[in-house]
Amino acid sequence: MSRVSRAAWIYIGAVVIAAASVVAPRFSEHAMPKSWLPLVVLMLLFLICDSTPTPLAARQAAWSPSSSATLAAVVLLGPIGAALVGAVSLISLRPRILLAERVFNGAMYALAGYAAGWVYVGLGGHVGHPHPPDFPAIIVPFAAAAVAHVVVNQGLIWGVLQMTRYDTLGPGRIQLESSLPLLVASDLGYAGFGLVIAALWTVMWLFAAVLVLVPLFVARWAMGQFAEQQRAYAATMAALCQAVETKDFYTRGHSERVSRGSGLIARQIGMRADRTEAIMFAGMLHDVGKLGVPTKVLQKTGPLTEEEFAAIQLHPMRGLEIVREIGFLNEALAGIMHHHEKIDGTGYPMGLADDEIPEFARVIAVADAFDSMTSTRSYREARRMSEAIEELRKGAGSQFDPAMVEAFIAALHREGWRLPERAAPPADRQTVTAQDHDDPTAPLRVIESY
Amino acid sequence: MAIRQAEDRLPSWQAMDSGRLLLLVAAGMLVVAALARTAAAGSVVDLRTAIAFGSAIAIGELLRLGLPGGREAAPIATAAALAYALLIRVHQLQGPVTHVAALQVIAVTAVGMTVGAMPHIAAGRPAGVTGMATRLVAVACVAFAFRPVVGADVIRMRDHWWVAFAVMAVLVAAGWLVEATIGALIRADDLHARFSVALWDEMRLQLPLGAAAGVSAIMISFAAEVMGLAELVVFMGPLLVTQVAFRRYSGIRATYLQTVRALARVTEVGGYVESGHSRRVSRLAVAVGRELGLAETDLLDLQYAALMHDIGQLSLPDPIPGGATVLVSIQDQRRIAELGADVISQAGVLDRVAELVRCQSWPYRGHDPEPPVGSRIIRAANAFDDLVGGSTDRDRSAAALERLRLDTAVEYDPGVVEALTEVAAKRLASRLE
Repeated sequence: MSRVSRAAWIYIGAVVIAAASVVAPRFSEHAMPKSWLPLVVLMLLFLICDSTPTPLAARQAAWSPSSSATLAAVVLLGPIGAALVGAVSLISLRPRILLAERVFNGAMYALAGYAAGWVYVGLGGHVGHPHPPDFPAIIVPFAAAAVAHVVVNQGLIWGVLQMTRYDTLGPGRIQLESSLPLLVASDLGYAGFGLVIAALWTVMWLFAAVLVLVPLFVARWAMGQFAEQQRAYAATMAALCQAVETKDFYTRGHSERVSRGSGLIARQIGMRADRTEAIMFAGMLHDVGKLGVPTKVLQKTGPLTEEEFAAIQLHPMRGLEIVREIGFLNEALAGIMHHHEKIDGTGYPMGLADDEIPEFARVIAVADAFDSMTSTRSYREARRMSEAIEELRKGAGSQFDPAMVEAFIAALHREGWRLPERAAPPADRQTVTAQDHDDPTAPLRVIESY
Repeated sequence: MAIRQAEDRLPSWQAMDSGRLLLLVAAGMLVVAALARTAAAGSVVDLRTAIAFGSAIAIGELLRLGLPGGREAAPIATAAALAYALLIRVHQLQGPVTHVAALQVIAVTAVGMTVGAMPHIAAGRPAGVTGMATRLVAVACVAFAFRPVVGADVIRMRDHWWVAFAVMAVLVAAGWLVEATIGALIRADDLHARFSVALWDEMRLQLPLGAAAGVSAIMISFAAEVMGLAELVVFMGPLLVTQVAFRRYSGIRATYLQTVRALARVTEVGGYVESGHSRRVSRLAVAVGRELGLAETDLLDLQYAALMHDIGQLSLPDPIPGGATVLVSIQDQRRIAELGADVISQAGVLDRVAELVRCQSWPYRGHDPEPPVGSRIIRAANAFDDLVGGSTDRDRSAAALERLRLDTAVEYDPGVVEALTEVAAKRLASRLE
């Protein structure tokens, strides 16, 4: 939400007006919470939770267990009280929060709290201190209230995410989507503490609200650690891929762009989020096996001998050898191993054809060839995107899977493509590859020897 | 087998290993006594509550989770068992529950744990007897200690809930401490680590989950008065979320280590170093680091750095013959270390690891500033492996150690070489068996 578009402002305005129109008319004497202490305590609890969210791996989203405060308010204070507790998000102490975000969050949590309270009362939940005879019957309306809270909360967030465009397809967006089920489950799970706070109010007064902070913060800590490790994982992988690319000046950034291109295709053909994530890692690592090819072969200017060509043909297998032990989806491994197979069965290392080639490999092959053609090589300038697309179309059916080619072209039109910067030839000729094994327009020349 | 190995080690380890036996015997005796007493009584006091808590313990044991460093925890089972031990009154049932004897608490916990462990055994996973015994002993301590306090009628929930709370908090903390101490004793024995270091690591790693489970246990025992047994369902949600968060955390941590390990192999596949070199150096370095009493976080950094210590060689146009960095010139060693550190610091999250890789080429003496201990360990372990390789020959290993020892005047840290000698001796001993 770094830049707020007009559409997003209209959306936020609509949410604010909805919140105000739902809450304001019911703001009469008898709907107001009768006791102020629970209201203040729960507002404080909400504020503490909301001000210290766990940044998730995706930068756009953060998770906080504040729903337990809102749901405790539903039981102790009723719908209006819950809406007031949710509105505390307006004065969240989170650093670097935009005004638009503040306003939206406040209105959203107020609406979600009110909806939860409405469902709770509607299903016969008793507002006030729960007493022993209320159990276990009270659990049904309370659970429904928790579901209502999650639905309104996540639904409104989903809406605002649709309004704010991302300029690129970063890994962030994918991770946000794949962690959505976990977010929903966490919110539902922590809702239980709302009922605990309410039930313990008669026994230990407001201290239950203090006590729940301990498990809440422990979970927050674990989620934070998870996100941190996930970021570290991606960053380390990228750094190591870069190390592999230092062998060849012209292929710098290739892995990252192939990863991105594979992600574009995967999303275009509607792959599941976890598979998309896996294919992006596979794209990143697809050429790792080039390390096993002697540098002098990679940099040879003349035609290759058969042994040298065999060494190049082996690089997908070498790559597999390296990454095999990573706890990846097996599909990702297959993608790395077969990314040089061709639809007509003339590729390597195994000469698979058509549907025998794993889906991941057919995706990576297209992104790989496209990036190779649109990058500068020592023997030619970078091709324009239109030319490269033309080449892909030409190869569809013989080299590439036509469905993947079309998906890629459609995705390019929709999301755009950042071309690599034009590489000036390096001063030191040691790190230049004279032939690119990925370039379909300039196949490797092999000495015929029979 | 594990016990026989232990007999060949230093005498001090022997005492430690009988500690594990002692734990199992103690837990076994507790269980036998608890079951015998419950059977003798002819019936379980307050059967419904016992079944409810026993089921919660079984579920918790079924959903055990692995923590970093091969540890395991069962926060849901721990919380349920502690709560049962601290239970004062359940609302549907009139009258206090505290006449449930500590031995019944132990019996219910043991049965719940056993039921929860069954699916693990059926699926061919380890039963985790040691972990269960540790948790059982901790719960038993809390249950036995709580009875006299309640019996003295100090606690009247409504009037003095904070007295009850304080007592419970102290007991839960003590129980956690018992668990951490037993865990550390066993770990120190298994890994040849120092007990003080192991205890500190154990406490640091178990604190978050222990705090969550302990506080939940106290809340469960209080909430039972208002919510009755339905509370167990309500508490299951938050505890499950906490558990899932931890599971994901330790999962990605494991994947991360696998990735570093796999990518460290690029140097081997590329023919830059001898096959298996990175892994051997890292195993050796971690063993030496443990011998020197490094804490677990430092050991993890050391492991990463040792795995990637040769990654700088990727930037060389041609592989060094045999990949043995100990044989190339000082300038080349420096350059490889610098290049490797640059690659690693690109990640932006492994700065300490990069630092260890950068300083691995510094001699122990005469360099200002002094290289960090991790770098000194990698330097020695790398040199040892370059000279010995995968060979298990005693003479070759002795010759390599002698060469390192001769270089302690400048190149290698004498303390590190000493520890390396220890580690090599232990390895030879365990191989000879």
